[in-house]
Amino acid sequence: MGATAIEKILARTSGKDVVRPGEVAVCRPDIVLHIDLPMAIEGAWYKPKKIFDPGRVAMIFDHAVPSPSIKDASAMAEGRRMAKEFGLKYVFDVGRHGIAHVVAAENGLARPGELLVCADSHTCASGGLNCAGRGAGIPDTLQAMTNGIVWYPVTPTIRYELKGRLGPMVSGKDVFFYIAQTWGGHGNTSIEYGGPGLKSLTVADRRTIATMSAEVGAEFVLVDYDALTAEYLNGRLDRPATPVQADKDADYLDVRTLDLAEVEPYLVLPDAIPGNCRRFSELKDKIRIDQAFIGSCANGLIEDLRVAAAIVRGRKVAQGVRFIVTPGSQAVYLQALREGLVETLTEAGAVVTNSTCGACLGYHMGVLAPGEICITASPRNFKGRMGSNDAQVYLGSPATVAASALAGVISDPRAAARA
Amino acid sequence: MSDQNPLVYTGRVWKFGDLINTDLIMPSKAFRLPKAEQHMLCFEAVRPGWVRQVKPGDIIVAGENFGMGSSRPIGDVMRAAGIVAVIAESINGLAMRTCVNSSLPAINCAGASKLFEDGDTARVDFLSGKIENLTKGTALQTHPMAPLLAEIVAAGGVIPMLLRQGSIHAEPFVAASS
Repeated sequence: MGATAIEKILARTSGKDVVRPGEVAVCRPDIVLHIDLPMAIEGAWYKPKKIFDPGRVAMIFDHAVPSPSIKDASAMAEGRRMAKEFGLKYVFDVGRHGIAHVVAAENGLARPGELLVCADSHTCASGGLNCAGRGAGIPDTLQAMTNGIVWYPVTPTIRYELKGRLGPMVSGKDVFFYIAQTWGGHGNTSIEYGGPGLKSLTVADRRTIATMSAEVGAEFVLVDYDALTAEYLNGRLDRPATPVQADKDADYLDVRTLDLAEVEPYLVLPDAIPGNCRRFSELKDKIRIDQAFIGSCANGLIEDLRVAAAIVRGRKVAQGVRFIVTPGSQAVYLQALREGLVETLTEAGAVVTNSTCGACLGYHMGVLAPGEICITASPRNFKGRMGSNDAQVYLGSPATVAASALAGVISDPRAAARA
Repeated sequence: MSDQNPLVYTGRVWKFGDLINTDLIMPSKAFRLPKAEQHMLCFEAVRPGWVRQVKPGDIIVAGENFGMGSSRPIGDVMRAAGIVAVIAESINGLAMRTCVNSSLPAINCAGASKLFEDGDTARVDFLSGKIENLTKGTALQTHPMAPLLAEIVAAGGVIPMLLRQGSIHAEPFVAASS
């Protein structure tokens, strides 16, 4: 019996020939990302006395940048001190910052075939580049960065064989919603994405799908490595890529075919994703909005900002709607400036903020009041997620969010494109 | 309360439904609270006042995908509220590791929601996988906790392990608030 790609990475990093579902693999991480938030939560963080390999620990400030509170400021001061004490090789302080998963991809820290550890639940984002990461906790990252140890239950894997190509105004975000609606939760299983349709899917869409897979409860997520992955990573890596591919006789829990041509734009109703995704043809009532948000590790990429700018170009955000756009990193922000996207969005009445996790987790830069309704291209719509427990959060693709910001009501992006 | 076997717990059941996420257990508003108060918002959005009703030694029984969502110290938060064990139809993988690393034992048990009503007394043996409703005299058998995970729980969690190994400083870092 062959191995899945994820099993191969867990086997290599745990010093074994093979690992199988049911085992717990004790691995040596290839890279550890340390972010600001663990140091800001009182009692959660302990200063390390040692670092297993300063060349394999990156400090990236993302959740609360620039600092909105004294606590966050103090947390990042400690991060700077720690980076200096141990001579960390990779430091992304304010000015070079961005959402850890975006910064890791841009700077070649999410390397194909490697194992990445980070105390953020969307660490599976790295899977879009064939790098294994699953959300870990704060004690996990402490154990990983001090002793070079991290444990993972080896779980069964579901493989998606993609075919066909996406229609206009349909994005990777909608592919994920289609999966969540069709197949529901994927708890305690890992996911591989591949198949002939993969070559039509941009690296940005792959990263969105991998990131969003946390929302169906997936463990590790891995997208097959191909020419597009290699093209994206060209010039970013400081050591050769070692991509992994599953064996032909790998043992999967299930293999599912997904025709990209069947995917339509989805709207996700508040509070949960699986079972809560609706096609626009299924919606009856007009849903007015107070806020529209594009940003986060899932959809703060330059491709997302391009989609938004193309939709709002020469038009105006509806009266009474706050349209907030948060680039996923400083590099995305700079690229958006160079392409004139910041100007286009700002002229339309959007607010383009500094890059940070920000509004996605209701921490700063767009927190919701009671009774408010938001449509967002970020990953989560949990009750209370973006602010008040009495606010409602709908999810959609960046195109859906931009179209809705113009209309003032939740809108099908295909209609906006025709208008 | 703990029986002689350190991984057997008997306690009052608090029953929750499916899809209890981390924003319900530890909303981001709790990040800026002192450690001693971070559990005060636990379940506030779905069960207001719960933290004042729960007693030390109580047990959570939940539905599908318990603890889905963010990387937050939910094990510490539930333990601070008094919870000693978590049983769910299914537990999110990140939530499971967060609980285990905080020495809060948690176990997947299909059928757990039907086995218990709010207020029943549960007995759970993590090493054998036996889940009992002592109020009704019913029981279920599930997969026992993996030995490595049970070792982490028994060791008091990852932080005490790292302290004993001398890998981290003894006192938690406290970010200044003024």
